Amino acid sequence: MSLRLLAAGCALFLSAAALADEPSVEVEPPSLQGSRPLEKQTSVAVVRDYLESWQKFCAALDQNQVGLLDPDFVGTARSKLAATIGEQAKMGIHTRYQDESHHLQIVFYSPEGLSIQMIDDVEYDEQVLEQDKVLATQHVKTRYLVVMTPAEVRWKVRVFQAESE
Amino acid sequence: MTLPPTATAGAAFSIPTTGSGPAVLYIVGPDQALRRDVQLGNPVAIAAGDLYNAGEYLAILVAGSSNTSGELAVTPAPHPDTLSFLAAPSRVPVGLHNGISGAVYVFDAYHNLITSPIQVSFQLTGSSGPALTRTIATRNGVAWTEIDSASKQGSAKFIAQADGVSTTRVIDEVPGDPCGLTISAQPDGARLLVQTAPVRDCSGNPIPDGTIVTFTENYNGAQTTADVPIKKDVAQVDMPAYRGATISVASGVVAGNQIRWEGGR
Repeated sequence: MSLRLLAAGCALFLSAAALADEPSVEVEPPSLQGSRPLEKQTSVAVVRDYLESWQKFCAALDQNQVGLLDPDFVGTARSKLAATIGEQAKMGIHTRYQDESHHLQIVFYSPEGLSIQMIDDVEYDEQVLEQDKVLATQHVKTRYLVVMTPAEVRWKVRVFQAESE
Repeated sequence: MTLPPTATAGAAFSIPTTGSGPAVLYIVGPDQALRRDVQLGNPVAIAAGDLYNAGEYLAILVAGSSNTSGELAVTPAPHPDTLSFLAAPSRVPVGLHNGISGAVYVFDAYHNLITSPIQVSFQLTGSSGPALTRTIATRNGVAWTEIDSASKQGSAKFIAQADGVSTTRVIDEVPGDPCGLTISAQPDGARLLVQTAPVRDCSGNPIPDGTIVTFTENYNGAQTTADVPIKKDVAQVDMPAYRGATISVASGVVAGNQIRWEGGR
C-alpha cells in the first residue's frame, strides 16, 4: 500500500497561479536490498529532506544561485548542479522546473548506515528562459536515482541522476 | 533537427538540422547546459567529452523567432572508472559472522552512476588463510556484501573490483572477547598472588596488553575489587590472604573461574 500525500516542491518558488499545482507525492514501502533495517523515522526524514531538496534545486536553477544548493546537496550532485548554474549564467539563460508528481521508493540502505538510495518516478515541466523570454517548455517524465548521505542534522543528496525510461 | 533517442555520456554524436541560415542550439538539463552556434542545414557536431553528464536534457534550436525543441536522454558510459566503496567497520573482532560489510557504488569516468548491471568482486585477504571472495551484480548502480571476519588477528585487505577498477580498504581484525578465563593463587607472605593463565580469545589470539581484568575477593561479607591491565598476556594482583575467601575474575562481559582460598590448599 502506498502513502499518498501532498508536498510543496518547486511550486513554492513559482507564481501564485502555480501554487495551486503542488506536486503530489506517493511513497511506496521500501523494497530494500541490504541487511540494515530501516527505521520509520529514518525513511520519513529521508523523504522529507529529498522533497525539500527539490525546492532548493528548482530555486537555484531558476535564479542561477549556487548558494541555494548548499543546505541540501553535497558531493557529485552539488558540483554538477553548480556547474550547470555557472553554464546557464554564462549563456544568459535560466531554467524553471515545476514538479508535478513524485513516486518514491527507498531501495537500498547500506549496511554501515552511511547511504540510502531512492528511486523517484517524477513528472515535471521544464521551461528554459532567456531573460523573461521562454525558449521552450517540455513536460518530462523520468526516473531519478538518488543517493542520500547523512550530514549533521539532515540527509543530503549526493547523487541526483535521471535515467531514461 | 533530428535528435538521437539517447546519447552516451562523453561520446561524440551529431544532430542533423534542416533549413538554412544561422541558429543557436541549447542543450539544457539539471546536470549540464551547452550552447552551440549552428548553420541550419548542417549537422551539429557534439564532440567527445562535450556532453558528459547522464540525465534528461531539453534540446532547443533557436532560429530567429522560431524555436524547435525535443528531449534527449544521456546514459552513463558503460565502463566503470571509480568505485565508491563503503567498508565497515575499520576494526572488527575475529571470528564474527558477517562482521564486515562493504557497499560499492559504480561510477563512470564522468561520475555518472552506472545503472546497468556490473559484476563487482569483493575480496577479503587476511594475514593468514585463504582469501574470501564474493561476486555480486550491481542493482541500480550498487552492490553490497557481508563477510565473516577471519579467525586470526591482523590487518586484512578488503578489495572491491569491477571491470579492472579496484579500491582497497584496510580492516583491522582484532582479538575477540577472552575465552576460558582462569586464575590461580599462590601465597606470598600474608597476601595472595592471584594470576590469570595467558588470556586468549576463542580462536587462540592473545588479548592485547592493557585490556582490563577485574579480580574480586569476597570474605566475611566484605568485597575487595582490583582492576588490572593485562601485561604480556597475563594479569596479576596481590590480594589479602583470608582463609575461606572466594576470588573470582572477569573481563568485560566474560566471567572466569572462581577459587576458594583455604590456607595453602
